[in-house]
Amino acid sequence: MTMTDNRQNTVIGTRQLRREDPALLTGEAKFTNDLNLPGALHLSILRSPHAHAAIVSIDTAAAKASPGVVAVYTGAELQSQWAGPMPCAWPVTPDMKNPPHFPLAASKVCYVGDGVVAVLATSESASRDALDLIEVEYKVLKAVVDVEEALSDANIIHEDLGTNKSYTWNLKIEATEGCVEEAFQKAAFKVSERYVQQRLLPMAMEPRAVAAVPQPFGGDITLYSSTQIPHILKVMAALTLGIPEQQVRVIAPSVGGGFGSKLDVYAEELLCMALARKHGLPVRWVEERSENSMATIHGRGQVQYVELAADKSGKLTAVRVRIKADMGAYLQLVTPGVPILGAFLYAGVYDIPHAYDFSCDGIFTTLTPTDAYRGAGRPEATYAIESAMDALARQMKIDPFELRKRNFIQKEQFPYTAFSGLTYDSGDHLQAAEKAAGLADYVGIRAQQAKQNVPGAKKRLGIGMSSYFEMCGLAPSRVLASLNYGAGGWEAATVRILPTCKVQVVTGTSPHGQGHETSWAMIASEKLGIPQEDIDVLHSDTAISPLGLDTYGSRSLPVGGVAIAGACDKVIDKARLIAAHQLECSADDLEFAGGVFSVKGSPDRAVPMAAIAFAAFTAHNLPDGLEPNLEAQYTYDPPNFSWPFGTHMCVLEVDTETGQIEILKYVAVDDCGVQINPLIVEGQVHGGVIQGLAQALFEEAVYDTDGNLKTTTLAEYLVPAASDVPSITTAHTVTPSPTNQLGVKGIGEAGTIGAASTVINAVVDALSGIGVTSMPMPASPQTVWRAIQSAAKK
Amino acid sequence: MIPAAFDYKRASSAAEAISLVGQYGDEAKFLAGGHSLIPLMKLRLAQPAMLIDIGRIKDLSYIKDGGDFIAIGALTRHMDVEKSALVIKEVPLLAHAAGYVGDAQVRHRGTIGGSLAHADSASDLPATTLALGATYVAQGPKGERLIAAADFYKGFLESALNPDEMLTEIRVPKMNGAKWGFEKFNRRAQDWAIVGVAAWRSKDASGVALVNMGSTPILATSVSDALKSGASVADAAEKAAAEAEPQDDLNASSEYRVHLAKVLVRRALEKATA
Ligand SMILES: Cc1cc2nc3c(=O)[nH]c(=O)nc-3n(C[C@H](O)[C@H](O)[C@H](O)COP(=O)(O)OP(=O)(O)OC[C@H]3O[C@@H](n4cnc5c(N)ncnc54)[C@H](O)[C@@H]3O)c2cc1C
Repeated sequence: MTMTDNRQNTVIGTRQLRREDPALLTGEAKFTNDLNLPGALHLSILRSPHAHAAIVSIDTAAAKASPGVVAVYTGAELQSQWAGPMPCAWPVTPDMKNPPHFPLAASKVCYVGDGVVAVLATSESASRDALDLIEVEYKVLKAVVDVEEALSDANIIHEDLGTNKSYTWNLKIEATEGCVEEAFQKAAFKVSERYVQQRLLPMAMEPRAVAAVPQPFGGDITLYSSTQIPHILKVMAALTLGIPEQQVRVIAPSVGGGFGSKLDVYAEELLCMALARKHGLPVRWVEERSENSMATIHGRGQVQYVELAADKSGKLTAVRVRIKADMGAYLQLVTPGVPILGAFLYAGVYDIPHAYDFSCDGIFTTLTPTDAYRGAGRPEATYAIESAMDALARQMKIDPFELRKRNFIQKEQFPYTAFSGLTYDSGDHLQAAEKAAGLADYVGIRAQQAKQNVPGAKKRLGIGMSSYFEMCGLAPSRVLASLNYGAGGWEAATVRILPTCKVQVVTGTSPHGQGHETSWAMIASEKLGIPQEDIDVLHSDTAISPLGLDTYGSRSLPVGGVAIAGACDKVIDKARLIAAHQLECSADDLEFAGGVFSVKGSPDRAVPMAAIAFAAFTAHNLPDGLEPNLEAQYTYDPPNFSWPFGTHMCVLEVDTETGQIEILKYVAVDDCGVQINPLIVEGQVHGGVIQGLAQALFEEAVYDTDGNLKTTTLAEYLVPAASDVPSITTAHTVTPSPTNQLGVKGIGEAGTIGAASTVINAVVDALSGIGVTSMPMPASPQTVWRAIQSAAKK
Repeated sequence: MIPAAFDYKRASSAAEAISLVGQYGDEAKFLAGGHSLIPLMKLRLAQPAMLIDIGRIKDLSYIKDGGDFIAIGALTRHMDVEKSALVIKEVPLLAHAAGYVGDAQVRHRGTIGGSLAHADSASDLPATTLALGATYVAQGPKGERLIAAADFYKGFLESALNPDEMLTEIRVPKMNGAKWGFEKFNRRAQDWAIVGVAAWRSKDASGVALVNMGSTPILATSVSDALKSGASVADAAEKAAAEAEPQDDLNASSEYRVHLAKVLVRRALEKATA
């Protein structure tokens, strides 16, 4: 451990099984599609088979006549339902171009999967069958698939915009004007690299599902959706449909994974609501797996140009980055902001001068829109800097770990004000890296490598590392304002002690696999001294938890969890007044521990929380002016991001005959500050690492030149299974966050952020002796084999 | 993921299944383990109007010693082939290959007859039984006929079976102690092979077949010929793709497939020679 943490926790920090799991593991958990809604109509959507085409005509007569079909609507026929286009909440620049985007395309389709016709029928199969009876005549236009070619504007997708470029966003920080260019001219070493962050399909195991249920009178409507963001969705749906916000209730039942893909306001949510209101009946929709591959947002999709300048010793003197970011056909909720979330991290964990030049073009293509996907912008940034650091080390012919050591921000420098003006609150990169090196046997592997990687070796050994910083815990509202984000970054919590001293914790976070119910109960139990089993956690229903900003960006614990601690403090403060009243002492004379208030120095004068809870309820004898009941609401707006960090290492062998990679060891040393439940932390790291490793080795949304997605099932889109991934050695350092009372940082995205570059660095490390200096992702056997072949020809 | 509408009838014997198929003609399909057919139906790539479920015909699930060969009922699940002591003893290559089909769930549902009748060149058992020189027993309205594995595979998902014929038994010659090698090259354990090789070798004979190297499973006769005329394993393996017509797909170009076939045939034969 870095620092010893003096918090005297008894619940926080214990490994506990998740209270959520019995229902999930036995199949008892209720997902949106499990809801029993008598009389509901089923929605199916006919989607464009073309990447880019004008809609010439649509004939729905046969579909309307099909058994069970209640109604069929084209985009044009529904146009009057929308008060406005679908929302993009992050106009990153004032002049950002944002084409109007409606739930169904009316005159033109812009990607394969774009919705064209909606069918409502009395059963799911009837609505699906009717799709085959709809005739649409298209005038096919040229697809725009390559993000860099799109910039030429040879084929403009949204004619009214006059260009395929949505925006250019710059972050240029120079101590003196021109110092970046000067640094490159003076550099003893420089590297200039191009990396491609392939598009990824988020592939939550539960595809999206929606059910909109109108109330019989008065216009209220309840929307059930497999979403990460019931609160944001409520506001956005009300605005887009022109429904008064108080009439909309959004509930996220059990949600089977999101990874960012359910951090959006989707066409189908709006269609179900609009059609449920129109027909006065519940309307439900569930996504098919292949539909999910094209109608749910994609992740990544960036081309990165990264240049590093360094002095003789390898110390970085400047960083220059150019990004071509593939927005896809439209801007979804936070599409344009994703690369901006990474913009501050292209210097990684290194101490660089004020010589940083970042610029990103957001570009439209005729592909599925991209948006936030686990790590959103930060895995891309980390991949770029960590791969470029390895390239620099190769050029200098020094060990990549040594190069990192020369550049790490030192532990004494924290809190560290970065070139960007952001403050990195805490860290000890060297310690994390050394711990990882010990676990991976870095020195031993290097020695083994020297023996094994001889010319002609059939199996070459490689070791790769990546040291990362994650900027998460989204986010200080004022910082978000400076980035033009359309909302704040606070989180709300209510803590309510019931008359029998049972507790309801109400949170604005919206868990979908993270174990918030377990962790939030642990926090409240620690604070209140009440057993966890007496604490219930309520969430994901805007009628029960009206305030909240939901779950994404590793924010739930460092913002939402801290809000719960704050609400507990307020409840304790109020209870303290009642205790003082009962014990006839001053509130300042009381101490609170283990759920009992006692007078300092005379522990026998004490009153337990249970007695106070009941007294607060009966209100028979409360201090003058004090409101009955023990309940407090607290909203926490974090003063800073949270800055988890760590080092990952990967040891692998490459079969030089076939290109097959075998991972021998994967070590993840992560520092997320104080851990509430180390078992959950490990789980998050495991899942995160696998998702990053999947980008490195397995997954890619492959398009052909006509913009057709070729990976629309789980047979072609290679999500690795347990048997395809290594067992992961996890370890931690603990550097508590100084900015929040729990000392916590986020851990949801860290694994993903560290993993992809770790694996690819190891692959290149294994093969650099035979001339391979770069490796595209995913490093499939064929890709690796080709790289070996072409290096041999050089 | 929602198939088109279809009717369903369950057959309790091969004869009943065949008469039902005769009744419904082209519209009908046998349903065995469903692990190839149902995915196609869910994607609406297959839309049979009538499914004739043969999955519960108990007397077609067996493994017997037939003297020179092992007789396996068409409805025998992959898991039963994999675990059978008799198969492990007499045709270890087949038991081993069956253990590489998909994942445990697939192996518990999928049947050997379904796998062969589906005639997918990417599947493991068509090539494996081809390498072993198996004979398939087909039953139709006019009775039984024997089809050599080498004559069975006609094209992509196309076999020598008539629509009203059903596979009832697979006869696999005993290996009599011949050594063997099986190589399945894929990116994820549960996937079909990008390229696969089933090979065996005895003192004077050998059999080598390739998975996913063309529209049908491929018998690599040039390799066996080379071995017979005294070539080294490495030299024989260079001929691995002589009979193949490999396709391009997301995982591999035909060029890479040819390369893999050579490497994998060599590795399989090295095991079969060790
Ligand atoms: C996730 C997954 C992974 C898989 N991985 C592999 C793999 O790695 N390797 C591999 O080899 N296979 C794999 N398979 C396929 C699996 O082996 C199937 O079980 C097999 O191919 C078909 O057998 P079945 O009994 O399920 O046939 P079904 O799906 O029921 O039928 C397949 C076809 O054969 C016909 N048919 C079935 N039985 C007979 C019969 N007795 N006579 C005549 N026609 C018949 C049917 O009408 C149908 O056209 C995988 C399947 C899945 C779902």
